[in-house]
Amino acid sequence: MNEYINKIKNKEIDIVEHTHKVIEECKKINKEYNYFNIISEKLALAQATALKKDIEKNNVKNKKLLGVMVSAKDAICVKGVESTAGSKILKGYKPLFDATAIKKAVEQGAIIIGKTSQDEFGFGSFAVNTYNIPKNPHDKTRSCGGSSGGAAGITAKAHFPHIALGESTGGSIAAPASFCGVFGLTPTYGRVSRYGLMDFGNSLDKIGPIGKTIGEVSALLETISGHDDKESTSLNNPIEKYSNIKADVKGMKIGIIKEAFGNGVEKAVDKTVWEGIKKLEDAGAKVEEISLAMPIEYGLATYYLIGTSEASTNLAKYCGMRYGASEDMKDSFNEYFTKVRSNNFTEESKRRIMLGTFARMSGYRDAYYIKALKVRTKIIEEYKKQFKKYDALVSPTVPVLPTKFSEIEKLSPLQHYMMDVMLVGPNLAGLPHMNVPVGFENKLPVGMLLIGNHLEENKLLQLGNEFENE
Amino acid sequence: MKTEINEELIEHVSKVARLDLTEKEKQKFSEELKEIVAAFSKLDEVDTTKTEISLQPVELKNVLREDIPEKCLTQEEALSLTKHKKDGYFKGPKAI
Repeated sequence: MNEYINKIKNKEIDIVEHTHKVIEECKKINKEYNYFNIISEKLALAQATALKKDIEKNNVKNKKLLGVMVSAKDAICVKGVESTAGSKILKGYKPLFDATAIKKAVEQGAIIIGKTSQDEFGFGSFAVNTYNIPKNPHDKTRSCGGSSGGAAGITAKAHFPHIALGESTGGSIAAPASFCGVFGLTPTYGRVSRYGLMDFGNSLDKIGPIGKTIGEVSALLETISGHDDKESTSLNNPIEKYSNIKADVKGMKIGIIKEAFGNGVEKAVDKTVWEGIKKLEDAGAKVEEISLAMPIEYGLATYYLIGTSEASTNLAKYCGMRYGASEDMKDSFNEYFTKVRSNNFTEESKRRIMLGTFARMSGYRDAYYIKALKVRTKIIEEYKKQFKKYDALVSPTVPVLPTKFSEIEKLSPLQHYMMDVMLVGPNLAGLPHMNVPVGFENKLPVGMLLIGNHLEENKLLQLGNEFENE
Repeated sequence: MKTEINEELIEHVSKVARLDLTEKEKQKFSEELKEIVAAFSKLDEVDTTKTEISLQPVELKNVLREDIPEKCLTQEEALSLTKHKKDGYFKGPKAI
């Protein structure tokens, strides 16, 4: 990427011509793979034209992402570009403002090429709960993983320097990164501002980068991190120089989560992830098996109860009055509100609204929602204990190889949810975690999950660097 | 907690959630939520008698800013995304 940025700076590559080519390539890929809900051709060309002027005036000295193509998960607002979060209820909605992550990327010279396909509001593990279903770049009969499926798919398929902005609530960055064979980093909760991100679960949502290389992931993370006056949960801690991480893993201590291997994990995944662990060991990391039962045993129930509870209230903002889908206003408010929701949400959104409403309802609240919030505390404590001793923890990212669409159809909702078993823990605890592509099995990618302590993204990048050229 | 999920409860939840479900959806959700809630009752095994709740994964403090007006959307911009408007206001369905 740095070589590319230099060529843009030296005018060896004409940024406007290059952007034209990129847009054409995206259109071609999209016909076959459905990675974009919309390609923002006009915006991209306007940004490229403005950059070209700046380059000619020698005005672009330290821009970290000069001319780099960045795509945004559809739930991340881009001013003037239709942003639906994969939902029919937001068809036609063109935000009046940019998300902070978008604003920061553009300030560093990024060009926004489009909005990537995803499960509606992030509700899914396979990116199938939506009107535009992305197909796996390695096998079109299989899923990209979800919910940031389009983001991971275009990252794997693009031949031009590109980084995706994804979003994870319960695993939606790492899971698709694993299925598509790319790096995907979910930062610490609050490291990146959520301003302009359509909420799924406020205490769980995180924006993060998906890229082909550690260098690209680091550069975008460094760009979008930091406190934001517009977002009260964004953290004030200083931003690490992620792009200057050490390339050495000697002496780093890694805990292998015992419960995350064996039973319920496809043999090919198990084997390939162990090869990845061996690689870290050969590079000088100290590897030990540890027990971390709490997140694996109780994480799913805890996550789905909290996530759906938060989602069921968040989705009430789509009431059909100020933006998005609307109906005739002849009925009373309650009838109107019910009609807009019932006509426009997918089945999975309705299911999650039902579950979340139930979990918070009088008579059930203590047994489900409050109970889950308490178990969450125990899960966080269990991780924190391990980080006193270890620099990072390891498990497979997803227990299976990329799943066939024909198999997904046969799964029950609970079986869908179980795909997130490795990922809900770090997401509940707000811990940074990253999918590292560790190898292929039958031409399908396998991902290894690295989990770090709060605000220790640098260690994950340091370890991930060992896999840079795989 | 042992909870009996049946179509009656589903009907009640859907009313609270303001969702109009078809008979088929009610039946389907009833079966599915039965399975999900039964699996999630696993949390009963965890002793949380002395545990506090975690509403956030990291410790957060109240954040306040100086009360200085900043640039915001104009009335026209704010109204530009809906057809339901009148005399510079959003128009909603009747509430009573």
